[in-house]
Amino acid sequence: MSKYNKANDLEITDELIKEHGLKPGEYKNILTILGRKPTFVELGIFSAMWSEHCSYKHSKPTLKKFPHKGKFVIQGPGENAGIIDTGTDLAVAFKIESHNHPSAVEPFQGAATGVGGILRDIFTMGARPVAGLDSLRFGNPESMNTQRLMSGVVKGIAFYGNCMGVPTVAGETVFEDSYEDNCLVNAMTIGIVEKKKIIKAKASGLGNSVMYIGALTGRDGIHGATFASAELSEETAENRSSVQVADPFMEKLLLEATLELIDKKIMVGIQDMGAAGLTSSSTEMAFRGGVGIELDMDKVPKREKGMNAYEIMLSESQERMLLVAKKGREKQVEKILNKWGLHASVIGKVIKKPNVIIIEKGVVVADIPVYPLTDSNHPLFPLKKQKGVKPAYLKDIDIELDDVRIPEDLEAVLKKLMACPNIASKSNIWEQYDHMVQTNTVILPGSDAAVIDVKDRDFMISTAVDCNGRYVYLDPFKGGKIAMAESARNVSCSGAEPVAFTNCLNFGNPEDPEIFWQFEKAVEGMCDAAKALKTPVISGNVSFYNEGPGGAIYPTPVVGMVGYITGKEKRYAKQYFKDNNDVIVLLGQTKNEIGASEYLKVVHGIIKGPVPDIDMKKEIAVQKTCRQGIKKGIIKSAHDTSKGGLAVALAECCITGTLHGDKPIGAFIELQSDLRLDALLFGETQSRIIVTVDRANLPALRKIAAKNRIAASEIGKTGGNRLMINTDWASKKNCEKINILLDELIELWSKGVNKYV
Amino acid sequence: MVKFGVVVFPGSNCDKDCLWAIKDITGEKADFVWHESKDIMKYDVIVLPGGFSYGDYLRTGAIARFSKVMYAVQKFAVKKNKMVVGICNGFQILLEAGLLPGAMLVNKNLKFISKFIHLSVENNKTAYTNKCVKGQVLRVPIAHGEGNYFCDEKTLNSLIENDQVVFRYCDGQGKINVDSNPNGSLYNIAGIMNKKGNVMGMMPHPERAMSARLGSVDGNLVFQSIVNHVKKYL
Repeated sequence: MSKYNKANDLEITDELIKEHGLKPGEYKNILTILGRKPTFVELGIFSAMWSEHCSYKHSKPTLKKFPHKGKFVIQGPGENAGIIDTGTDLAVAFKIESHNHPSAVEPFQGAATGVGGILRDIFTMGARPVAGLDSLRFGNPESMNTQRLMSGVVKGIAFYGNCMGVPTVAGETVFEDSYEDNCLVNAMTIGIVEKKKIIKAKASGLGNSVMYIGALTGRDGIHGATFASAELSEETAENRSSVQVADPFMEKLLLEATLELIDKKIMVGIQDMGAAGLTSSSTEMAFRGGVGIELDMDKVPKREKGMNAYEIMLSESQERMLLVAKKGREKQVEKILNKWGLHASVIGKVIKKPNVIIIEKGVVVADIPVYPLTDSNHPLFPLKKQKGVKPAYLKDIDIELDDVRIPEDLEAVLKKLMACPNIASKSNIWEQYDHMVQTNTVILPGSDAAVIDVKDRDFMISTAVDCNGRYVYLDPFKGGKIAMAESARNVSCSGAEPVAFTNCLNFGNPEDPEIFWQFEKAVEGMCDAAKALKTPVISGNVSFYNEGPGGAIYPTPVVGMVGYITGKEKRYAKQYFKDNNDVIVLLGQTKNEIGASEYLKVVHGIIKGPVPDIDMKKEIAVQKTCRQGIKKGIIKSAHDTSKGGLAVALAECCITGTLHGDKPIGAFIELQSDLRLDALLFGETQSRIIVTVDRANLPALRKIAAKNRIAASEIGKTGGNRLMINTDWASKKNCEKINILLDELIELWSKGVNKYV
Repeated sequence: MVKFGVVVFPGSNCDKDCLWAIKDITGEKADFVWHESKDIMKYDVIVLPGGFSYGDYLRTGAIARFSKVMYAVQKFAVKKNKMVVGICNGFQILLEAGLLPGAMLVNKNLKFISKFIHLSVENNKTAYTNKCVKGQVLRVPIAHGEGNYFCDEKTLNSLIENDQVVFRYCDGQGKINVDSNPNGSLYNIAGIMNKKGNVMGMMPHPERAMSARLGSVDGNLVFQSIVNHVKKYL
């Protein structure tokens, strides 16, 4: 029995309203909408639909700023997932979503159900999932709590993705103290759909049957959406019942059955039951179709006895879908489900009056107009017009360059950085994910971006997820812009043209004006970059209230980018050096920037700005040069400089081939510069890519770079078993700064994080 | 042309990969065989693909062995002496069905492992390796949580004596030792066959090593060997 197993005519007290997370003003709106007091079920439905998680009431006005249109866009935000054209008969569907709070409370099930939810979003559009990505954030890896969370989250993702047969091909794992109490688990899925088979989550056709397929409804996850819309506290563990239990086998069957249903063209629309389960799926499908839906609770397949309408409507049991069948096709739907060992039940019908009507034992227990419940343009929808205030902490946030001492031993700095958690290898994480199933993974995990082949077509998909939360914390506008630029740069490094992006905006409590300011500024920065890159946002998710007893997380707008590698040859590049005696060229220029860097944090213990500058014009030119060089078959490897700067990026070029059995290849580098040595080697100046070419092709590369008006400097050559970096070689005095065996680098880099996994 | 039947259990997820490897790369015939089908005698080779049949709940392969098609597969293999190949979950099902000896334990590190590994061809006079040289090193991916092969000493001795060990885990140079054993398998066993040699199970995925773009073409040797054998003897 749950605490929600109460009579429907329960007295609606102030306490009950508060318990449902509804503000007094919002309750007033409910009274106006209904013209009477709500029933207990109705209160539950309003509470779920108007929770931040379902309503986006704080974020909607800001999200409207994102560019949504472009020549590739088939479906923008507002559906289960966004879809982009490929110029063939196929289209690509993708989206990223968070499952932060459930993962913080119960890491294994929380992460697993997060993966399950995003997979359903993709295949309900008619797309077969072809790749998964994960963006994870935890506190200090040395803490027992982090190790417990990380182990559970990774196992949960592996459990679900592996069983589904969807390769988990890329991702990131970041460690910062601000995530200690509130880890972030963002999961992204990419699917491929035949354009003519795209289906939407829309109800239509008066009298059409509303059908329920998939797992039975239980009492798990009741009010999960409301739980996601509050800060985590000491009592959060008590909310364990708000976390659902995952059954990937059920979902695998549901995937195959759903795609078969779509193939047979016997449905008008389908939506997964994600957050707020039956409530949100029925309301949203009705809203999109401009119709109403009537549901009979007695016909809903249930796992437990004695469940009332309230529990049924608000359950978040996993692996369930709601669909509207074409007239007279109900039996056919049932037959296909039966083939896969599943059931389909007619639980309601499409009605003209745009209301959601819930019937229990022949009695109407809820009757709510759809529009004010879900349409943010409705005058009674509780949209929040928040104003942001610049956070106080930003007042004194920049370092004085001269106050930071340049270390004597730069080789020791490199060693320290290679072993630090945010740079060290994460292979013990991604080796737990099946990343090769479906036989399309061309660039495996551990590179800037993953590349997925599309057989029998002249294109491949390149994808990456990125965000530097520390940058966003220190400068939300620039940080947001850089997150976008870097994800596009990563995709460009594989040879792909960035096409569109999805994002998962993880922030603290939006009711706090300072948090809201971070949110607005970060989105503005992302918009700026998106417009410059001409890559629209086609889907996404907002996760607020990411706060623990220690305060809010770093603002973390995670960007998922998808790009295309086109042409018959399907030319691509990996990040690590390919051959000995290739010329190493740096595209872009290094500046005197050490603010916000990993170096500043790890070596000096300083978390301060200024965040590196970003000039989108230059950024785009550097990316273009890299892509053109790869497409022409000139560039043999490409890796962007990111955390740890040039020296770390070079080290990664030398050793990351060993992840998949290739030999490490050394490098001899000569840098001539009047910059600070720490900025030169470890600063995180943006818009730089390290590429290698055959010496014979160097002029051709220079030509491309000149045409794009960017610097392309020869900085060394590949070969040997050491990484050697000389600076200021013209002075011929004390110029050798780094001279280290690759084996030593591999040892440090391999163990830094893997020892905690 | 050689006719392959690739069984689809609820939860299979390497079925399409196997079909692609056989049809598109090897150029032979292949159909999907639904788990409720008993009509398999028309095939030369039955492939039990990887995945999570029936969610692998209870124990890997433990439920799949009771599916309708497996009764037909028993007859196909034991009475008709026709070829059955189990890959990954397929190998686990063959063990549960008693068509091969031994059992699978959870990987020694208690984690799922997905990566390229090296295999040494222990016996090249088999229907699965006749295109290889003895001791040849193949580079093929593994992806499993329960691939830690185990059997009693008597069984192991008889496997060795009868040349039933087909593949063993090794390093890039062909060295077979503890360091080159990814999952703790007894005797570094990666693949074995029955005494008659018509049933073989292997944990690594040859269907994932079929093209240079995917990082290796070594898996093709396994499929080519099977085709060669069928064409020669059947």
